[in-house]
Amino acid sequence: MTIDWSSFTPWHAALGGVAIGIAAAMFILLNGRVAGISGILGGLLRPVRADIAWRVAFVAGLVASPVVYALFGAVPAPRIDAGYPALIAAGLLVGVGTRYGSGCTSGHGVCGLSRLSPRSLAATAAFMLAGFATVFVARHLLAA
Amino acid sequence: MVIFLSLLAGLVFGLGLIVSGMANPAKVLGFLDLAGPWDPSLAFVMGGAIFVGAVAFAVARRRTVSFLGLDMKLPSSNRLDPRLVVGSVVFGIGWGIAGFCPGPALVALGMGEAKALVFVLAMLAGMGIFEALESRATGRGARSA
Repeated sequence: MTIDWSSFTPWHAALGGVAIGIAAAMFILLNGRVAGISGILGGLLRPVRADIAWRVAFVAGLVASPVVYALFGAVPAPRIDAGYPALIAAGLLVGVGTRYGSGCTSGHGVCGLSRLSPRSLAATAAFMLAGFATVFVARHLLAA
Repeated sequence: MVIFLSLLAGLVFGLGLIVSGMANPAKVLGFLDLAGPWDPSLAFVMGGAIFVGAVAFAVARRRTVSFLGLDMKLPSSNRLDPRLVVGSVVFGIGWGIAGFCPGPALVALGMGEAKALVFVLAMLAGMGIFEALESRATGRGARSA
């Protein structure tokens, strides 16, 4: 294993991580809910009237965050290498998988590990290993 | 108040994703590519988030209502069932294909990226497929983390 020192940004990563942790803390301590993005979004597809507004508000906050960031500096442009067929396949898998698995990187990875949930630990291990394996197959077996 | 705080939490979450670089799929894939030149940044994002989150959830665990007086809705199940693991593996495969998980995809959508829009629409379709299958399989309620 070789570390890509030119891409590695530990301080920004940790600082951004702390902000994510603060958002999750606000959500559980004030709203009494786990900040799981797939669950919050997916819940809008089977709407419960009293829950629609806060779910939409949370999603709107996420979508609006680059606009707010732009008030303070240039938004770093994302690099999306996947083509459209791959994006559609990936989106379908992420949509189905996060709902069957009851969570994603936020609900299981951040909130679940923060509260030492055995379910979230198992889920996080499963999606991390599957992610590692998928990238290995795509970049080192198929592309080779 | 709940609506405003949800908006604010989403906003802070999204800013964290931008600052940490996780709204950029290329950087996420750099973490998932253990055999290539490896970028460990994502582990530091998780570390920073869990550092703060652990304190918050330790406080939350001792309470039955939030500081706004709302019911504390912490997941209670400890069952490791196949759908948890299989669902997470399916998610991980999709994550590895494009480098997007749900949060960063929504943030990239806000950056006006057409590819993020396509991913988000496909993700919503996937969630819709789940709802359709769940409502057919009556008696098995969906849980969410």
